[in-house]
Amino acid sequence: MIRPLLTAAVLSFGATLAQAQNPILTVYTYDSFVTEWGPGPAVETAFEEVCACDLRFVGAGDGAALLARLQLEGTRTEADVVLGLDTTLTTQAADTGLFAPHGLTPQGLTLPVTWEDTTFLPYDWGHFAFVYDNTKLTDVPDSFEALLAAEDLSIVIQDPRSSTPGLGLLMWVKAVYEDRAPEVWAALAPRIVTVTKGWSEAYGMFLEGEADMVLSYTTSPAYHLIAEEDPTKSAANFAEGHYMQIEVAGMLAGTDQPDLAQRFLEFMLSPAFQTVIPTTNWMYPAALPPADLPAGFDQMIQPARSLLIPADEIPALKDAALAEWLAALAG
Amino acid sequence: MHIAFERVRLAREGFTLQADVSVEPGTSVAVIGPSGAGKSTLLSLVAGFDRPDAGRILIGGQDMARVRPADRPVTLLFQDNNLFPHLTVFQNVALGRAPNLRLDQADRAACSSVLARVDLAGHANKRPAELSGGQQSRAALARALLRAKPVLLLDEPFAALGPALRRDMLDLVAEIRAERDMTLMMVTHDPEDARRIAGQVIFVQAGHVEPPRDTAAVFNSPTPGMAAYLGI
Amino acid sequence: MVGGAGRVTRLTATVGGLVLAAVLILLFAPIASLWGQIGAGPWFGPGDLAAVRFTLVQSLLSATISVALAVPFARALMRRSFAGRRLVIALLGAPFLLPVIVAILGLLAVWGRSGLFSQISLDLGGPRLSIYGLGGVVLAHVFFNLPLVTRLLVQGWQAIPPERFRLAAQLGMGPRAVFQLIEWPMLRAVLPGAFLLVFLLCLTSFAVALALGGGPRATTVEVAIYQTLRFEFDLSHAARLALVQLGLGAAVVLLALGIARPTSFGRGLGRLPQRWDAPRRAGPDAAVVLLSVGFLVLPLGFVIVRGTQGLWAGPEVGLWRAAGISVALAGTSALVTALAALAIAGLVAGLPRGRGMLVEAAGLVMLATSPFVIGTGVFVILRPYVDPFAWALVVTGVINAAMSLPFGLRILVPALAAARANYGRLADSLGMTGWGRFRHATLPLIRGPLGFATGLAAALSMGDLGVITLFAPPDVATLPLYMYRLMGAYRMDQAAGAALVLLGLSLALFWVFGLLGGRHAHRV
Repeated sequence: MIRPLLTAAVLSFGATLAQAQNPILTVYTYDSFVTEWGPGPAVETAFEEVCACDLRFVGAGDGAALLARLQLEGTRTEADVVLGLDTTLTTQAADTGLFAPHGLTPQGLTLPVTWEDTTFLPYDWGHFAFVYDNTKLTDVPDSFEALLAAEDLSIVIQDPRSSTPGLGLLMWVKAVYEDRAPEVWAALAPRIVTVTKGWSEAYGMFLEGEADMVLSYTTSPAYHLIAEEDPTKSAANFAEGHYMQIEVAGMLAGTDQPDLAQRFLEFMLSPAFQTVIPTTNWMYPAALPPADLPAGFDQMIQPARSLLIPADEIPALKDAALAEWLAALAG
Repeated sequence: MHIAFERVRLAREGFTLQADVSVEPGTSVAVIGPSGAGKSTLLSLVAGFDRPDAGRILIGGQDMARVRPADRPVTLLFQDNNLFPHLTVFQNVALGRAPNLRLDQADRAACSSVLARVDLAGHANKRPAELSGGQQSRAALARALLRAKPVLLLDEPFAALGPALRRDMLDLVAEIRAERDMTLMMVTHDPEDARRIAGQVIFVQAGHVEPPRDTAAVFNSPTPGMAAYLGI
Repeated sequence: MVGGAGRVTRLTATVGGLVLAAVLILLFAPIASLWGQIGAGPWFGPGDLAAVRFTLVQSLLSATISVALAVPFARALMRRSFAGRRLVIALLGAPFLLPVIVAILGLLAVWGRSGLFSQISLDLGGPRLSIYGLGGVVLAHVFFNLPLVTRLLVQGWQAIPPERFRLAAQLGMGPRAVFQLIEWPMLRAVLPGAFLLVFLLCLTSFAVALALGGGPRATTVEVAIYQTLRFEFDLSHAARLALVQLGLGAAVVLLALGIARPTSFGRGLGRLPQRWDAPRRAGPDAAVVLLSVGFLVLPLGFVIVRGTQGLWAGPEVGLWRAAGISVALAGTSALVTALAALAIAGLVAGLPRGRGMLVEAAGLVMLATSPFVIGTGVFVILRPYVDPFAWALVVTGVINAAMSLPFGLRILVPALAAARANYGRLADSLGMTGWGRFRHATLPLIRGPLGFATGLAAALSMGDLGVITLFAPPDVATLPLYMYRLMGAYRMDQAAGAALVLLGLSLALFWVFGLLGGRHAHRV
């Protein structure tokens, strides 16, 4: 047993030496990005082919944990780039002063909205939606109003304090109903089977049949369709429109590799990165023409309206919205 | 009361007890033999805590096969744990009259009387832990008296007492036995005990039960196994 | 290492003292480090008060119901002989060792809205069951703790001298009298301690409260700590909540030490005492045993069935690597627990009673510490000096070891004290000292409890999904984290397979360590 171990040790030592000649770019992201089924491995290979560097992804829990992790580390962080925040968090993130302007003029963005943020760049986006099993649920609500009225319908949602979809729903309700949000939450409360910590638990419970619908994305059915050839999952199209999640990346002000970090952000909007996204992150790429999407995505619903509260209005709204949510569900 | 073991067999870890002996009514028999030979098991069979694999046990001519321990005409005193630590001496004795401790006037009087008989009248309201070892033994004996069953079995109940105290206890047992004309079987390690109160001796070795013989005869001309045990 | 009958050698005292100090630093330094950090939230908000109230209510209910149901169950087990009785008693060890995330999947399969009982209810024209909320939290806690209390009670029944039952039989006592005179006094001695233990275990409930609480209504203090760290990023608020939680634990322990000391864990073999008082009609006892066993076995059964299907479909490549990391981590952390518990127990067993109780109480209060606050605090402390990723497994292992320490102490302190009381003088008189004494006169006597404590720590560490999430680099996933990531990637079937592997490995670790101790166990 000793010889193979020794050999392995020598090999990995050699590998370390080889890498030491290349600069290291450290990218903090959420866990699911870096798993063997996520975009991480393919992106890493593609970028390392062109950058003469060692790209190191670091998973820091889920999306909401990413910012907390960065705040915990402050200016001592080893991260050069953070990938995986969304527009409900960008203003708060920028206010930490830890990020630097990207200094790029992005070309070919295919987002449904115009992009003007000078600190963060988008890499993918999606619409939040309630997903259901089309073999079990026949009377599908076609609007928020219908959902509020459907008394025998059960849904499972995520906690806005620990999950980005949960926070997204908070903003969705706020965008549609504004001051009427408290009464909407009060009306929705009896439908809510449970509130989970993160997306995984909620989606898992939905698949186990714990609820008729789960808060997820319009693109979630694509996973079942493409990866499992299972057409039984659908997203409900709401007449009031669907709130958007735009996932972004930004470079740290304290990075020791500013050029490399900028090149990574540039690469992020190139086809090599963008074509990986649909079937690994199951979201819409931010800079890829719809025609280049894999088959199956064309069957996803197209919301009539895209809702998005401007990032700079979020901090003022968030605490009040959370308090309303807590009051309605904790009462 | 007559006790008979008819071709009794009982397999146990390490030995198989075999007994085909009987004890005459009104006699005192000491059961002696090496540790682990099956002495306690023999008593257990009479009391009904063990059941024979084969053979019958008769007490007073009645087959005991289907008789529960409580319904047998037997009282067995153990080595330890004859008294409940959380009950008073009086309650412990009274259990011999009413296992649910619901006592009427007559029951109370009977309890007090047997307590007086064993010189524990002043200790009725104490807990067992407040008594000396000898007093604890007498409390257990008082309960046996109260139960007034014709067969009394002692499984080394006085082993922890000093020699003088033990002699006193044995004398008390002998007196009580004579008063009530009980049949007594007593497991002991000490030939002295046997000489003191037992008219006969049963020798048990490796599961084999020898028939009872007169005590004097046993010690004067022991069987080979017994001679080895006694070191004669 | 472990010294004389009435005194502790200087070496034992020094080692024990140093380990104890290290543990206390590990527990309190993180709180202190977070105390002074950023955060402008309220000192103690109305939400916190609600969390404290919910925490106390659910702990109280969980402990009361666990104890109340355990009494008839243990009683039936200890007065009836039936085929499979030993198996049932062995099974009692399983739920406590179960990774929480796995147990919740199983409980949902039985009690969930589309679970077994909901289906039966629907077929009969009734409504679906809804277990989310206080009911679900208490249900899960009873699932974990009913078997634990039952085991403690089975040991209590075993400790009743067999002569008691013979005496009862001879005196013709019925079941009621036997209960009043023999069983109740034992229960009165054992129950308060068992109640206290369950109460403390439920006090810090996190995963169960999050999964089955159903929303912000069912927020325990530990959940509030998590939300504070995640959302408000108010470190000092988290530290305050951690202290509140510790305070609750300490108050309960102090209150309870006046009445009872928590029952120590033991590995009762469940030998059936011979008794004659059981009522002739076995129906009620049989019903109690069947219902209890069903309650415990059904969720496990679903985990096994779903997991087998998941594994059949083909496990992911990362599964075995994650399993390997978890086993290595759990094994190492269990050994650290065992050594630390041994060192501290050596110190405690030789202390005068009063001071020994104090250390024991401190060990119990440790059950009320917050792993999240410790993890975050250690991160803050280590960050300026080392790369936390490089130390992820070490830090996780050490914190897991500290979390299992209270259990280790509860098992080893009585065992060491008994070994010392029974054979300490003999060893003294033979002049046995130092390593030789430990090896020949102490270790053989405590081998069983030591193996039990190590196995328990290994299983608890195996199922933990708390601290690792704060530290783990992407290429290092423990099995629970791997399973969680599978769920995050829509792969529920593979996650069920991973759950089964997790369950199997937890039980296997417990079994192997138990075997190492048990095969050579000598009765003390």
